[in-house]
Amino acid sequence: MTLLRHLAAAVVAALLLLLLSVKLDAFRDYQLAQVTYYAIAVAGLTILIGLSGQLSVGHGAFMFIGAYTTALLLLHAHWPLEAVLAASAVIAAVAGGVVGVAAARLRGPYLAGATLLLAVALPSITSRWQGVLGGDQGLGVAVNTPSVLGATFPPTRWLAWVGCACALITFVLLANLRHSRIGRSWRAVRDDEVAASLSGLNVARLQVLAFVVSSACAGLGGAMLAIVNASATPGTFALTLSIQLLTAAILGGLGSLAGAVWGSLVLVYLPTYITNVATSHGLSSSVGANIPIVVYGAVLILVMLLFPNGIQGGLRRLFGPAAPAAAAPFSVLRRRVPATDNQKEGTS
Amino acid sequence: MNRSHRVRLAAAAGIAAVAMVIAACSSSGTTSSKPSGSGSSSALTSSAPGITPTSILIGSHQPLTGVAAPGYSEIAPAANAYFQYVNAHGGVNGRKITYKYLDDAYNPTQTVSVVHQLVLQNNVYAIFNGLGTPTHLNVVSFLNSSKVPDVFVASGCGCWSNPSTYPETFGWQINYVREGKILGSYIAKHFKGMKIGYFYQNDEFGQDGVKGLDYMIPKAQVVAREAYNVAATNPAQEAGGLVAKLKAAGAQVVVSFSVPAFTALLRLSEVTLSYNPTLAVSNVGSDPITLEGLLNSFAKKTGGFGATLIQNIITDGYLPSLGSTSNSWITLFKKVHDSYVPKLPFDGNVLYGMAVGYTFVQAMLKAGRNPTRQDLVSALNAGNFPQGPSVAPYAYSGSSHDGITGAYIGVIRSGVLVPQGDVLTTDNTATGAVSPDMTAQPTAPASGVPSP
Repeated sequence: MTLLRHLAAAVVAALLLLLLSVKLDAFRDYQLAQVTYYAIAVAGLTILIGLSGQLSVGHGAFMFIGAYTTALLLLHAHWPLEAVLAASAVIAAVAGGVVGVAAARLRGPYLAGATLLLAVALPSITSRWQGVLGGDQGLGVAVNTPSVLGATFPPTRWLAWVGCACALITFVLLANLRHSRIGRSWRAVRDDEVAASLSGLNVARLQVLAFVVSSACAGLGGAMLAIVNASATPGTFALTLSIQLLTAAILGGLGSLAGAVWGSLVLVYLPTYITNVATSHGLSSSVGANIPIVVYGAVLILVMLLFPNGIQGGLRRLFGPAAPAAAAPFSVLRRRVPATDNQKEGTS
Repeated sequence: MNRSHRVRLAAAAGIAAVAMVIAACSSSGTTSSKPSGSGSSSALTSSAPGITPTSILIGSHQPLTGVAAPGYSEIAPAANAYFQYVNAHGGVNGRKITYKYLDDAYNPTQTVSVVHQLVLQNNVYAIFNGLGTPTHLNVVSFLNSSKVPDVFVASGCGCWSNPSTYPETFGWQINYVREGKILGSYIAKHFKGMKIGYFYQNDEFGQDGVKGLDYMIPKAQVVAREAYNVAATNPAQEAGGLVAKLKAAGAQVVVSFSVPAFTALLRLSEVTLSYNPTLAVSNVGSDPITLEGLLNSFAKKTGGFGATLIQNIITDGYLPSLGSTSNSWITLFKKVHDSYVPKLPFDGNVLYGMAVGYTFVQAMLKAGRNPTRQDLVSALNAGNFPQGPSVAPYAYSGSSHDGITGAYIGVIRSGVLVPQGDVLTTDNTATGAVSPDMTAQPTAPASGVPSP
């Protein structure tokens, strides 16, 4: 039943997005495609942090793996696009499994440090194996718009379609997972590991599984990123990307899939919008160029002050039915503290 | 719970969709101008996207923030200053140039994003002087498949001259292979038998430069080849480690193909390690004023600290030296600088921006009164492009999209580039000779605006 409902919701969303993408101009379609790759990766991360209670500060590393898998497969193996996307998710998932095994033994700041290290170190392998990975220059990723759509079909709309399809599939799968036995077990582990393991749950296995799922999402997001940007370069996967993902997850509302969409919208639209406003008001370029960074910081502070549970949490508080209060966003960071009433249930 | 969940998911998708529609509507001011046929020869028409009877809109991606910003962030404002000067003196065939340059922070992903915005949303006529090799490489296919002229890329990568794959793309400054050959021939001649070390950026920029150097410097003389990663998390540590290797290898001459920030870090690491080789730096990483500022700010010093460290650096120049104050081009650009961007230092970056701006105006005039996008490309492909502020002729033709073909060797003395000897020209091949160019550089037009 749940599956059917999620599928129905996805179909509705797909129709809306299809309509939207046709209405939008080529640049807006491009931005829509950008939103999708962030949304996919952030959705995975928000599940990891909000549901299983493990922190990853280095999720950009899994996007890196996904992007380079896509680039290499398209370049050398000429696989069809859907196979390339699936393979990218799978390979990132395998890497996530390896990291997850280590992560399940680490707590709090140590886990954050280990994942941070991964994000910093991994992109530099491109310089180590320059011949294969293209060094700082990276690899080109060429995806052609299918010829059945006609020669005048905007390529960015095709990218938006592929991105939306991937995002919807990811969201349906994650939504089901949340509501399954696994999702409930993750919440139990997050709230109290000792209680969870006393109830017969295999805590370590559940934590590794969460890492696998979430890095598969990041891999798929990275694959889309490479396709949308037509390249995979190490500069793209600098630490800032990992921090952006984390910011988007927290900004949107940890543990919430809708929140992942909100966070991604902020990531993509805020800088462009602010730059446009700044330049149209005749600010000098040196000031204008720095304004998005300032506003971004201000938005972060404001959201955290006004909506400690993220945008989705805030919306639910403002407009939602008398729903239970959302999970405290930083419950991850005080894991051993027994759960209080308002920490029991995650947001959706 | 399931029901409410479904509602929430659908609502989220719905809200997201609505938000994007609103965003799309708020910017619906897209001005796609229709190309009109050949009107009467006197009437100005909207002959191409971005061109109206009164204006020309061009765009660019520039590192206004981030690691490449020091120095390079002055280039676009300087080009814009020259365009304002042209606009104030009648414009290009009566049209005023609007130059919209966006920050990409030297991050390839942001480059893709801002160039899509400029082309798809702002409908620019051309992308002009997009800065950076790793950055611009990410948009060159997009620009060519969209048939948008991609003129005078601010990078000396040989990759821009590929007319069969990238018919829309043109380089401008001397490419790094030619520059490497010119620097290399000087070093081979003046430092015979000495141990030479390379320090270079690990991408096409550094690799092309090294290729040119290797054509001229005997392999046996090169004792170390150290490549730095421009995106290194800790640039100072990155540079320090490599300089230690250069010192360990006993290099007596270090040739550097680096951006200014890394030239400064190289120099500071040398000081830290009490290592004092002869230093030769490619043009893009050797602007004296930029380097002085960077050295002072990195070392938290003031006064003559930076100036002392850059004394005697060997480099090359393809524009007149800022020190030759009697040169007509320097006089012209100083005048434009003083009236439009007096707050910027009058340094090599500002000179670069104005010179490339001048070249664009020349190209637009050659493209005709009501140019299409193709007209601009054809004007450059036609060859015989008039030499302007550059010391050597351009290579533009149907088979080469390279820009300036030569440079002179110079040494930094008291913060000014002092030319040594003739202007040298060469080609991109391993065997092509480096030979002096005896044609005199034309003087700047009295009006400061090129004539058609």
